[in-house]
Amino acid sequence: MKKILILCFTCLALAGCSSDIWGWYVINPTTPSGWINIKFLVSGIGNTILISIVAAFISINLGLIIALPGQSSKKGWRIVNRIYVELIRSIPLLPMLFWVFYGLPIIFRSMGINIPIDPFWGAVITLAISDSAFTAEIYRSGIQSIAKGQKEAAHSIGLNYIQTMRYVILPQAIRRILPPLANQFIYIVKMSAFASVIGMQELTRRANEIVVTEYRPLEIYSLLILEYLVLVLIISAGVRWLERRMGANENQ
Amino acid sequence: MQTTAIELINVNKWFDKFHVLKDINLKVETGEKVVICGPSGSGKSTVVRCINKLEKHQSGFISLYGKELTNSEKSANSIQGNIGMVFQQFNLFPHINVLENLILGPMKTRHKNRDEAVKIAMHYLERVDIPDQANKMPAQLSGGQQQRVAIARSLCMEPKVMLFDEPTSSLDPEMISEVLDVMVELANDGMTMIVVTHEMGFARKVADKVLFMDKGKIVEQNTTEEFFRSPKTERCKTFLNQILKH
Repeated sequence: MKKILILCFTCLALAGCSSDIWGWYVINPTTPSGWINIKFLVSGIGNTILISIVAAFISINLGLIIALPGQSSKKGWRIVNRIYVELIRSIPLLPMLFWVFYGLPIIFRSMGINIPIDPFWGAVITLAISDSAFTAEIYRSGIQSIAKGQKEAAHSIGLNYIQTMRYVILPQAIRRILPPLANQFIYIVKMSAFASVIGMQELTRRANEIVVTEYRPLEIYSLLILEYLVLVLIISAGVRWLERRMGANENQ
Repeated sequence: MQTTAIELINVNKWFDKFHVLKDINLKVETGEKVVICGPSGSGKSTVVRCINKLEKHQSGFISLYGKELTNSEKSANSIQGNIGMVFQQFNLFPHINVLENLILGPMKTRHKNRDEAVKIAMHYLERVDIPDQANKMPAQLSGGQQQRVAIARSLCMEPKVMLFDEPTSSLDPEMISEVLDVMVELANDGMTMIVVTHEMGFARKVADKVLFMDKGKIVEQNTTEEFFRSPKTERCKTFLNQILKH
């Protein structure tokens, strides 16, 4: 088994060296056409980032709104939370994207509301809702990890529920859940590629469009993967910096 | 003339099927200091937690200055820092510094502006003898200092009654006295206090009344002098012998 694997990798590596298979000219920055192609491919990054940030922003707020009833002492509120999380968590992203982009406008129209959903908002809404179920679960674990005594102490100095959350529990919880929240953000960045199927001009869509004109999927998709890799690595570095900054005064 | 600060009449509480409090009757006058002692699991912490509405009682009557405290959220909010509470684990807010810990309550629930709140906070930090620690984070302080900050944090709300739930039980022996000193001073200033503790020296020094609890019942309730001189029940005698032996 091991030998076969080694053989496979060797073949792949040799194939990579062979100039018959690779045609890097499509994205050769020294030729005018290659440079145009590169510019076209990379320019999708603005939309990828924009979709991701807006979706993550909505998801982080929506997730909190969903998570709070889950902590309630009243069973009814907890059920609302459970239903939302279980339902949204089990819908795959692509069908939900189709449903939001093609289906939701029909519902809106039948209600007499004329809200067109463009590819941008279709993608943002889908990513945000889909991700909010996960964000809600992250918040839940964060809030539950804060010692009960904190809530009791807040109560004893007269803080009400909202004040307790705002000034005591959430500032502590958010520090702890920063790493999993960052994970979710990276997940959103990668899943934003699905927006290409509803015509959103982001990284993946741009790559697809060049592929159908140039017939060079291997090179172009390789570059596409590289683009996502660089983007995610930059985000990871940013998150680590943020963690250090926020964690710094906690343990002083 | 004395007015009743806190009154409990036939208070019962169950944790599921476990009967933690059995017909608790207790009357605390304004300015009175009551010490509750007893073996662990006897329900002494639960009594003070019921008074502060951190726990719900299932039957009976609890009142603060004649006003009934029910289990409703409205009732819990009406306490609004009128009952101060000091915990065994201090429970300072670790993400903000000492001063911020102290001014949070007055600013958010008493609607004081920052300058007023800081003035109050510094006043009480001086009273607990650590004004120089105001800008430190809680984790930078020793246990004894943290507990004194916790006491100051409660006092900033200018409570009518202070509850202490084993305030020295998680402290190093060296630090116990610095916390007890602050509590003695507070008692001498006339604060109404209910203290759950095993510090019998403290009880002798400041308590007007000592309660002994066992298995959810108040077994013995007497003036401090009588309590230590001639405990009536056998259970109380053995308990006192055990903890006063060393």
